[in-house]
Amino acid sequence: MTDTDAAERNHPVTMLVNGVHRSAEIPARRLLSDFLRHDLGLTGTHVGCEHGVCGACTVLVDGRPIRSCLQFAVTLDGAQVTTIEGCTRADGELGSVQQAFQDCHGLQCGFCTPGFVTTITAFLDENPDPTEDEAREAIAGNLCRCTGYQNIVASVLRAAELANGSAGQEST
Amino acid sequence: MSGTRVFGEPIARREDPRLLSGHGRYVDDIGQGALEVAFVRSPHAHARIAGIDVTDALDVEGLAAIYTHEDLTGRMAEPLPLLIPHAALTHGRTQFALAKDEVNHVGEPIVMVVARDRYVAEDACDRIRVEYEFLPPVVGIEAARAAEHLVHDDVPGNVAAHMVQEVGDAPAAIAAAPNVVTLELEIERSASMPLEGKGVHARWDADDRSLRVYTSTQASTSVRAAIAAKLELAVDRVDVVAPDVGGGFGVKIVHPWPEELLIPWTAIRLGHEVKWTEDRREHFVSSAHERGQVQRIRAGFDDDGRLLGFEIVLWHDNGAYTPYGIIVPIVTTTQLLGPYKPGAYRAEFYSLYTNTLIVTPYRGAGRPQGCFAMERTMDAIAERLGLDRTVVRERNFIQPDEMPYDHGLIFQDGRPLIYDSGDYPAALEKLKKLVGWDEFEEYRAAARAEGRRVGIGMACYVEGTGVGPYEGGFVRVEPDGTVVVATGLTTQGQGHQTVFAQVVAEELGVPIDRVVVTTGDTRRFKYAVGTFASRAAVMSGNAVALAARKVREKALRVAGEALEADPRDLEIVDGMVQVKGTPGADIPLSTVAVLSNPLRYAFDEEAKRATQFSAPADPDKPPVADDDEPGLEGTDYYSPPRSTFANGMHAAIVETDPETAEITILRYCVVHDCGTLINPRIVEGQIHGGVAQGVGGALYERMVYDEAGQLQNASFMDFLMPYATEVPVIETDHLETPSPLNPLGLKGAGEAGVIPGSAVLASAIEDAEGFRISRMPISPSELHHLRESQPPPGSGLRDTGRTGSVPATGGQEATNEEVTGT
Ligand code: FES
Ligand code: FES
Repeated sequence: MTDTDAAERNHPVTMLVNGVHRSAEIPARRLLSDFLRHDLGLTGTHVGCEHGVCGACTVLVDGRPIRSCLQFAVTLDGAQVTTIEGCTRADGELGSVQQAFQDCHGLQCGFCTPGFVTTITAFLDENPDPTEDEAREAIAGNLCRCTGYQNIVASVLRAAELANGSAGQEST
Repeated sequence: MSGTRVFGEPIARREDPRLLSGHGRYVDDIGQGALEVAFVRSPHAHARIAGIDVTDALDVEGLAAIYTHEDLTGRMAEPLPLLIPHAALTHGRTQFALAKDEVNHVGEPIVMVVARDRYVAEDACDRIRVEYEFLPPVVGIEAARAAEHLVHDDVPGNVAAHMVQEVGDAPAAIAAAPNVVTLELEIERSASMPLEGKGVHARWDADDRSLRVYTSTQASTSVRAAIAAKLELAVDRVDVVAPDVGGGFGVKIVHPWPEELLIPWTAIRLGHEVKWTEDRREHFVSSAHERGQVQRIRAGFDDDGRLLGFEIVLWHDNGAYTPYGIIVPIVTTTQLLGPYKPGAYRAEFYSLYTNTLIVTPYRGAGRPQGCFAMERTMDAIAERLGLDRTVVRERNFIQPDEMPYDHGLIFQDGRPLIYDSGDYPAALEKLKKLVGWDEFEEYRAAARAEGRRVGIGMACYVEGTGVGPYEGGFVRVEPDGTVVVATGLTTQGQGHQTVFAQVVAEELGVPIDRVVVTTGDTRRFKYAVGTFASRAAVMSGNAVALAARKVREKALRVAGEALEADPRDLEIVDGMVQVKGTPGADIPLSTVAVLSNPLRYAFDEEAKRATQFSAPADPDKPPVADDDEPGLEGTDYYSPPRSTFANGMHAAIVETDPETAEITILRYCVVHDCGTLINPRIVEGQIHGGVAQGVGGALYERMVYDEAGQLQNASFMDFLMPYATEVPVIETDHLETPSPLNPLGLKGAGEAGVIPGSAVLASAIEDAEGFRISRMPISPSELHHLRESQPPPGSGLRDTGRTGSVPATGGQEATNEEVTGT
């Protein structure tokens, strides 16, 4: 099958991932999620559906949340990517969104969590002081099967509180 | 956390920093160099396999191997085990690891392909041609009952199991009752649907002749035994680890999955690590579903609404095979009793084969259906007699002074169904207050004045939790003071690394940050049952407590010798063993750990320090006494006499749009009693998650099979799980009635939140609409159809129940109520 052969031809790709230059030679069909997880070993990004619905695979590309299971990695040559691993503070401690999740018991199995953390990070950049309704709306595109979302909504509000109290400490 | 009480406190979870920073270790995170597997799965619900042609796949670059059933040998070629046999399961059937001759549902694995990566493996799958001879599929309970076609040639009537349990003579009691209601109810299929699918990674060490398997399971210990048996290896050569698991909710208790055997099998053959990660479509069509039941109920009651006799016949769709036995319908028929005294009771079920995915426990495991049956009946009785729904329930409650209460039935664990404790009237009081039950009519009137339609509903449940037979715990104090804890059962998000640490920290008197907990790793603990049936906290919580008590006893003895004090005068506070009331007379637990081992190389400061305490050895005695062991460690098991019964009640207020029939939950209130709480915050989280799944099951989730047996909505796009916008704010209150059955007084909490979901929302929607709701889930379009099919008021077609306010309808089925003897 010719598509197979074509798919397996490798292409160079370079990205700034969590502030570090990473390059690799990958097939054109390699999804960004697989590239991050399996080529770069950044397994914090999770894949829950691989069809763009659950949001677990959400990463930030140039600061905006995208579903890494829907994107071919080669199309993002030169992009800046932030994954859950890059949401910690410069000193390695939990970032404000991550800390808020621990404070509010916003995670159980933790599988959906990276996608929520990245989504919320981008949201709070645009809306640093959300209402509860806005907080709920902000996470309404991500699925969690464990928590019933109550504590994730609380985590959004807590993250805003933490960020506002300690502005400028984030590494991202 | 040092020095403060941790048991019972809502402390933050200790696993969180790791999971939150992307350093969790789920099965697909393991083995980056592994070969990857993809399967050719049946696209047909029922067919004979006439031929498999792999020729075109052979030249795919990066292919490692292709296997079909013909390649399987020995026990691997036999059908998978039937895990939980039961005398009533007269026609149990299980599948082969790779289909042999016949497939019985869409998604059944036929060919296994191993390749460089998943992309290449799927390329090869695309080139494999399977020739099928079609057989007529049996889809749905109705078709299974009609048995025009059979799923398995040798299973007459498609009946896998038929079972009757009874106490007293229910038909006679109902015949003699002054009032009778009859209900026909239906619940559709849903599924656990954890966000992480299944996955397996296997590594064979040829030199050591040992196998290590990682699998996203709820029962690593039993997977180990299954792999050893099927691969014909000594159990001793196999280890199975459940790494971080991205949710389970029941589906991952089933074992061994075909993949849990095939991946290690091929890893050994290829001498290379191999992994398989289930994709979402695979999870939809080849893991497991639950819930689908049709129920027929007859209940006889007196003029006060007290049950005199209750009879249920139910038809349970078990899918194509019965690897997990008939646990689900057994749980339905034993747990539907809830907090009530049913009078005479008779439950009969038929468990039926269909050409659809297997049915195995999903959180609640048959209880939501049972709760639906009983609670719909309670509402029907209230309606018939014109009584408040809470009053009818209260009159049927088992009273606190009747505990322990023996139902005279056999529970899922094969033990008598005896409730250990609970205070149902107190719980009802709390719930009424929380939701404002008595004030609701004012609210309804106000809403009505604004043209809005609202309703209130409630439902109660009792949940058998903490089923045996046992779990074990291991506790060791390391010479550096670290307390290592292990238990064999697994974790899928319940925070066990925190709650078991809370238990051990409390029992041992050490700061919680010194305690490290491992679960689900057979290298660390060999005997375990698994995480299901809300049993983890009860079983392993008590087991680690007992193990910690042993360690504490030894620590006090050894410290007593060192401090020349009576162990009874010692206490452990903050990791120091000290003489009560004598400051300064103390010794660190770490030092006691060193003293507990006569082999004491001075590797570190702790060992050097310990020498100052060691008494001169008696040259006539062995360094380790006959009744002692080296080290400060202990293992113990907790095995309960029978299950412990948690309970709770939910109430909801809904609004139904008069035009669009959209259903909105305005309030959702929960009162629950799961005994003593180790960590209230974690319990609350369990309740939240359960309620969300209950809401999903009531309003959104269903598995839509067409008549050919194709699952029409096998994606998150089409199978509607609730997002944050679909789950209401959950208001909770709780009671703590400790269980008298176990040392810590615990009851399970894992499944509680989900159980009454469909019952409470049906109750509320019925109250808003004024006609019977008999089928769940219910969508706006179904509600709209029900409205349309109601007979116009005064047409004479309405039900003739005493109050006449609620016309009876079962949706498309007309039957619902009969009045006898009134
Ligand atoms: S994995 Fe990408 S959205 Fe679900
Ligand atoms: S925490 Fe498990 S899916 Fe969200």
